This record gives sequence, structure tokens and C-alpha cells, in this order.
Amino acid sequence: MKALSKIRRPKGYRHPELDNRLRRSRTKAEADIIHRAKRSGVPTPLLYHVDPDNAVIVMEYIDGVKVRDVVDMLSDEERKELFTRIGGYAGRLHGAGIIHGDLTTSNILKQGDRLVFIDFGLAEVSTEVEKRGVDLNLMNRMLTSTHYRHQEELLAAFVEGYRETLGAEAEEALTRMEEVAKRGRYIEKK
Amino acid sequence: MIALGVESTADNLGIGIVSSGKEVLANIIDVHVPEEGGIHPREAARHHSDEMGNAVRRALDTAGVSVDEIDIIAFAQGPGLGPCLRTGATSARALAAYMGKPLVGVNHCVAHVEVGRMATGAEDPLTLYVSGGNTIVSGYESGRYRIFGETLDIAVGNCLDSFAREAGLEYPGGPDIERKAAAGKNLIPLPYTVKGMDLSYSGLLTAITTELHSGRHTVEDLCYSLQETAYAMLGEVTERALAHTGKPELLLTGGVAANKRLAGIVRDIAGEHGAEPHVVPIRLAADNGAMIAWTGLIAYQAGHVTPLDASHVNPSWRMDQVEIPWRE
Repeated sequence: MKALSKIRRPKGYRHPELDNRLRRSRTKAEADIIHRAKRSGVPTPLLYHVDPDNAVIVMEYIDGVKVRDVVDMLSDEERKELFTRIGGYAGRLHGAGIIHGDLTTSNILKQGDRLVFIDFGLAEVSTEVEKRGVDLNLMNRMLTSTHYRHQEELLAAFVEGYRETLGAEAEEALTRMEEVAKRGRYIEKK
Repeated sequence: MIALGVESTADNLGIGIVSSGKEVLANIIDVHVPEEGGIHPREAARHHSDEMGNAVRRALDTAGVSVDEIDIIAFAQGPGLGPCLRTGATSARALAAYMGKPLVGVNHCVAHVEVGRMATGAEDPLTLYVSGGNTIVSGYESGRYRIFGETLDIAVGNCLDSFAREAGLEYPGGPDIERKAAAGKNLIPLPYTVKGMDLSYSGLLTAITTELHSGRHTVEDLCYSLQETAYAMLGEVTERALAHTGKPELLLTGGVAANKRLAGIVRDIAGEHGAEPHVVPIRLAADNGAMIAWTGLIAYQAGHVTPLDASHVNPSWRMDQVEIPWRE
């Protein structure tokens, strides 16, 4: 099996103390939460080795493509099915107390029919409605900025899947997502 | 072709005159400084309305053009503070009617990007636009400026200004904080809140204010820590958006673009990603009338005019709602 070593390199533009703190804490968070996500039934890479002091994780190499890069190549039916599944996994993450923190189509890989969630460096453990809303807003922003041709249908499919797996708690989080989007100072009021 | 632009979205009243040859003939900026506290929308609007006549006259004098030589009147139609926007719009309508010239409503955030492209020669940049009211990472894609990231609560400039006021520093806060930060040595741990390409500054403001009142730190260390944390967050989301979009250029604009530390961060990130960095000069990066005039001019040349009955202001007009026909 092929492995991948993910190294968080120092960012020269960041103060070294701040940079070390972030690289270390994100490496730890990523490792902890990848395990937790897997237990909740969301596919993630297998971890082989974690070294927070050097900000290195060795993990399974997923030979897939970013969902971001395949959206426009799918049929309407396939696209809808894909985003219902993604919404379903997002609901499972939230249900298991996981906030992804960078929930976008760049951080979900498609390997044949299998979907794999990656990049949990900004993830945290929480069941707060606010954090769920912010997480969902990230996906919606990605749809608006990058998948604008299909934004409405993809959001509807995502929401359908999200409701299916998270159940009754989904409504509050979805309402909060809309509130978060309106919160910036200059947003059209509806 | 010559355009006159009226900017009055917040505390700056700006009147600019720009030619289609990209010449900034006049760029008068009259800042309303509140006696205490932050911007009060109605007081700022009163200032703009009191100074409007003067500013227009000074702009015409500086440019050395007569009223007859102006071809269009552009104005910032949103986003911004309602009372301030309405003052500018009323004046623009009156000028256009009196002079018999077409009126062109302009989106303030789009204008920041367009004048930045004009001033620096950037063609297709990812733009980091940072000011007292806005923190937005955007880029052009299929007829619109798409927003890839933005603040989830307050703007970075608002965070700096609020801290400066609390610490008894000069207003606006950026320059004084930068001077004090230069003598800072110790980094105080502060909340660093990045969500994908979005960020949040309210937690940072609360924490730095608490540290200030704890009396445990020098003002230099506070300024240094605030600046390092606030700008590193901007650096991270900008870098992520640059990787996401693969844009060949990176443009820094808005009032906070005057900060040298932030400009350095932007140059570093651009260098890492093989993108060309551009920093908009402060007279065109801060809220100003020239950017409105220039954007009105290119919009007009692309066939856009704003009829009187569609000239109402829109305080919450998002930049990704604006069609950008001149870039197709």
C-alpha cells in the first residue's frame, strides 16, 4: 500500500512561535479527529505515524481525484447523487461531534465510487450549533464561488443527505448556516 | 472621456475625476473624524453633505476641467452605511440632472479591485481587500468577482480601530499600531481563528482588549501581538485562496494595505506561489472617488447606465452580485 507523508512546513510569513504552535496543534488535531471520523463511519485515510513535534503525519495515500475537479464532468443525476452522499457524511461528522473546519470540495477525494474525507487540520470536537453552521457555510461558499453553475441543485442535494444522517438536529444547523452567511457587515438582507 | 466619481460609503467623502486614458486628474479625500468613538453614520453623512460642494469644486479646480468636459457622473451605490450612501447618491443625481450627464451606480468593493488593476497593471489578480468595513478575498471567474473568503464578523480594520480606541491610540488605528509594534518583542498568545478561507476577528478583539486591561503587557507588545496574529490569519486565507484559484497575480488593497508588515506577508506568499504581487498605492487603496469614477467609466463604456428610478442605494450590495461585462 502506498503511503503519503504530510509535512506542515514552517510558514516564513508567520511569527515562529505562532507558526510552531499552529503546526503542532493542527497535526495533533488532524490525527485525533481522523480516527474519530472513521469511527463515525466517514471514510478517512489510514494513519501510520504521527509526529506533532515535527508536524508530520504518515498516512495512506488515496489514489483519487478532488471532488472539486470532477463536479463539472458528471451528469446531473451523478452530481446530485454525489452531493447527497457528501451531505450524508457531513451529517455523520456533525452527529459524532466533529467540525471539519475546512469543509470544501477540495478536501473530499473521489476514488472510483468511494469518497474519502481529508485535511482535518482545522477540525475540532464540538456539537455547538454555531460551529456546525459555520462548517456548512464553508461548503455553501465553495458552491457559490467555485461551483456557481450548479450551486442551487448541489446545495439542495447536500442538504437532503445532511438531514438524512443528522436527523432532527439538522434543521437548527441549517438555519444557522443561513444566519452565518448574512452576518458579515455587507450582506443583502432577505 | 472623463468621469467624475462620488464616494461616500463610510467616513471618507471622496470626489475623483479620471480620464479614459487612466489619468487620475483629481482625487479629493475629505475624512470625517468623529469627536469620540467610532463612525456615527448620521454625523458622517452630515459631514459629507456639508463638504460636498467644496469637494466637487476642489476636484474640478485640481483637474483643471470645466463642468461641460465631464461625460458621466458615477457614484458608490453600495455597500456601506445607509445615511452616508444616500448623501452621495443625492448629490450625484443632482449633478447628473443639472449637467445633463448619464448617471452610473458603482459597487464600492468592485471599484477597489478595478482601480487597483488600473493603478498596478495587474490583469487577473486574486484580491485581498482589507479595510475598516471589509475583509474579502475575491477573484474574477465567468463574468463575476467571486468571493472565496471573508470575515464572519468584523473587518480586520475594525478590530485594529477598536483596539486603538481602547488603548488610547490615534484614529484610525493601523498606523499608530504599526509604529508601536515595531518596538514590541514578546508575542502574547491570542485566538487565531481561520475557517477554511473565512476568518473571524471578534474573538481576537475581545482577547486583546482583556490583555490590555490586565496591565500585564506593554502597549508595544500588545500592538506587536495583535498585528502578528491578525495579519498571519490574512496570510493564511490568502495563501489558501491563491492555491485554490491558481491566479497569476495577488493584489492587496483597502486602507489596511498601507501596513508594511501586511504588504511583506503578501509579497512572501505571492513569491512562494509564483504569483506577481501588487500593492495599491494608499491614495487609491483607501476609500476614494477616483476608484468610483474609473469603475463608472469602464462600466459606461461597456454599456451600463443607471436610470434615476434604479439609482436607490443598496447598503448590503455584495460584490458577487454584480455582472462584470467589461472583463469578458
